[in-house]
Amino acid sequence: MKHTISVLVENHFGTFNRVVTLFSGKGFNVHSLSIGETETPDISRMTIVTSGDDKIIEQIVKQLNRLVDTIKVVDLSNQPRTERELALITVYYHRGTRNEIVNIGNIFRGKVVDINNKSITLELTGPPDKIEAAINVLEPYGIKEMARSGTVALKRGEQIKRDKLESLTT
Amino acid sequence: MKPTSNKMMTGAEIFFESLKKEKVEYVFGYPGGAVLKIYERLYDIKDLKHILVRHEQGATHMAEGYAKASGKVGVVLVTSGPGATNTVTGIADAYMDSVPIVVFTGQVPSTLIGNDAFQEADIVGITRPITKHNFLVRDVKELASTIKKAFYIASTGRPGPVLVDLPKDVIASVCEFEYPEKVELRGYNPNFVGHQNSIKKAAEVISVSKKPLLYVGGGVIMSDAYRELRLFAKENNIPVTMTLQGLGAFPMTDSQSLGMLGMHGTYWANMAVNNCDVLVSLGARFDDRVTGKIDEFATRSYKIHVDIDPTCIDKNVVVDLPIVGDVKHVLAELAAEMNSAPDTKDWWEQINKWREECPLEYNNSDGKLRTEYVLSTLNNKTEGKAVIVTDVGQHQMWVSQYYKFTEPRSHITSGGLGTMGFSLPASIGASFAIKDRPVVSISGDGGFQMNIQELITAAYYKLPIKFLLINNSFLGMVRQWQELFHNEKYSFTDLSDSNPDFVKVAEAMGIKAYSTDSPKDVEGLLDEALAYDKGPILIEFKVVKEDMVFPIIPAGKTIKEIITKRLDPKEMM
Repeated sequence: MKHTISVLVENHFGTFNRVVTLFSGKGFNVHSLSIGETETPDISRMTIVTSGDDKIIEQIVKQLNRLVDTIKVVDLSNQPRTERELALITVYYHRGTRNEIVNIGNIFRGKVVDINNKSITLELTGPPDKIEAAINVLEPYGIKEMARSGTVALKRGEQIKRDKLESLTT
Repeated sequence: MKPTSNKMMTGAEIFFESLKKEKVEYVFGYPGGAVLKIYERLYDIKDLKHILVRHEQGATHMAEGYAKASGKVGVVLVTSGPGATNTVTGIADAYMDSVPIVVFTGQVPSTLIGNDAFQEADIVGITRPITKHNFLVRDVKELASTIKKAFYIASTGRPGPVLVDLPKDVIASVCEFEYPEKVELRGYNPNFVGHQNSIKKAAEVISVSKKPLLYVGGGVIMSDAYRELRLFAKENNIPVTMTLQGLGAFPMTDSQSLGMLGMHGTYWANMAVNNCDVLVSLGARFDDRVTGKIDEFATRSYKIHVDIDPTCIDKNVVVDLPIVGDVKHVLAELAAEMNSAPDTKDWWEQINKWREECPLEYNNSDGKLRTEYVLSTLNNKTEGKAVIVTDVGQHQMWVSQYYKFTEPRSHITSGGLGTMGFSLPASIGASFAIKDRPVVSISGDGGFQMNIQELITAAYYKLPIKFLLINNSFLGMVRQWQELFHNEKYSFTDLSDSNPDFVKVAEAMGIKAYSTDSPKDVEGLLDEALAYDKGPILIEFKVVKEDMVFPIIPAGKTIKEIITKRLDPKEMM
């Protein structure tokens, strides 16, 4: 099963490398890994999509926690979360298929961000399975090249029931 | 952060002031281009003892030996490039065996990093997977706080090696010296206190158990929990088995000690593990040399695992009750929570039967010299109280069987990494730490040659180390595996035609040396070695070539597949 693990790390020289070294050294899988600054500039958030049985996932979380530069590790897999990925996909077209490709882009709520006389580049964002679906549909047209950002994810805010909310506000 | 001084200092001065703050007594080092500034400063420093080694690997093992014998942090100082890469084996060794050392490496000036400058190596990158943490100091203003962090990380929680890389320009730069009083690391908070409810549960389970067993690892020694262990085991009459790193945590002369468990452990310790109903692991990590075949390891038992490192829990063996915390604290709490001692009378009867079924034995009647005899004699003469520093291989396993350790921090060995060449330099480090007991370095002829250059270090500093060289003219343990598991193809393990004259080597280094192949000489030579205090002494024991260590549970197998003696009588030498 795939797991999405969110890791807050010190925004230091070498931290990224430490995490990558851990995954390669221990033989853990990495499906995608993204990193960027958070609201606090000296902290970065890594979102790692990995897979393994429960024992391996437990080890991954513990090993990440053990690194001196990690501040917080959360396995988001069993929690309400928002997951997004961005993909840039360049697809070949000819006169007969150009509109079809643009339409597919629209269906996936994507944007055309580049076009020349041979290919169209679509920008798509969404949960990773949506990106997979779009790739699947675009593949027959001939994908020239593709860049994916990897998944970024955040835990959803806690939903407070309306009656509780009213009692809180009154 | 309160400033402790406001003086402007160079990086080199800050380096030594910081070591002083950390109460460092010894630095094992070797100078070179990138650390010249530090050595320039060192020239005028009187209160810190710098031990000049002959190879940087030796320095790391010395730091380990010092750390293991003293419980303090071992310190290494080397130059960049090859100086730094030579420390890699020792750092990996310290990482596997959780030894607190801090390794300072010189680095090319920060402006040249990445340019393939002379003697440049990305040592921070190289050592990332084998250090608990490492640092590249990029600004002299960070130097003092980095050193503080390095010592704190190395010595707390599950100890381990920390490397600090020091670019040449940082060492030469000047800033105000402030040594922080506290370390602030938001990502590093070792948990010392075990969960109270879990400890309570453990006490309940142990109280009603019929066949409990304490499985004790190096963590008990590192956390100085041996008094708590002795008290707990004694009060509850529970048998104790130890891992290689745990030897000395509980007196092996005590009737409750079952000796070491695992591949070359005693038959009764392994039978006890296999049949116990509650297995209490204390500061041990279920290493494959202990468990053999994981699926069949101690399957009948309820497993309690006390460890300060959460990653150790459920890594190899899934346990029933994990307790994350410092074993010293947990053991004290556990003892307090015990309402009644378990009834272990029948269990002891069973264990004692196993003891008789398959005792440790060796041929002592054919007049030939054997390692077991040397070690038993050494044990008798030192009453299990010497500091024994072993290398890796057959002699190491025989030490675990025939030397009856009674004190913690007395057994210093390379366990996890299995580094040949460990003993000689590690005993030098131990010898600086230990003055009131003999320090005995035991090596095979293979490992002895792997850091043989450090003999001169021992001689120069007149350290009264007893070097016992067990020479069977073979890489004995590898030979043993070749005989048992690799069709008797003794591929490149026979050193009889290529070993040097060890006595001459030692004498060339100014070390007194003897050699014998007769059991009759053993007592006299050991007496002389133990009495000699003017410097190191070497005794070469030319032992039977083809002896094997028994019992052995082959790798990945179970107690059922234990081999207790050589099968073919024609092969008996």
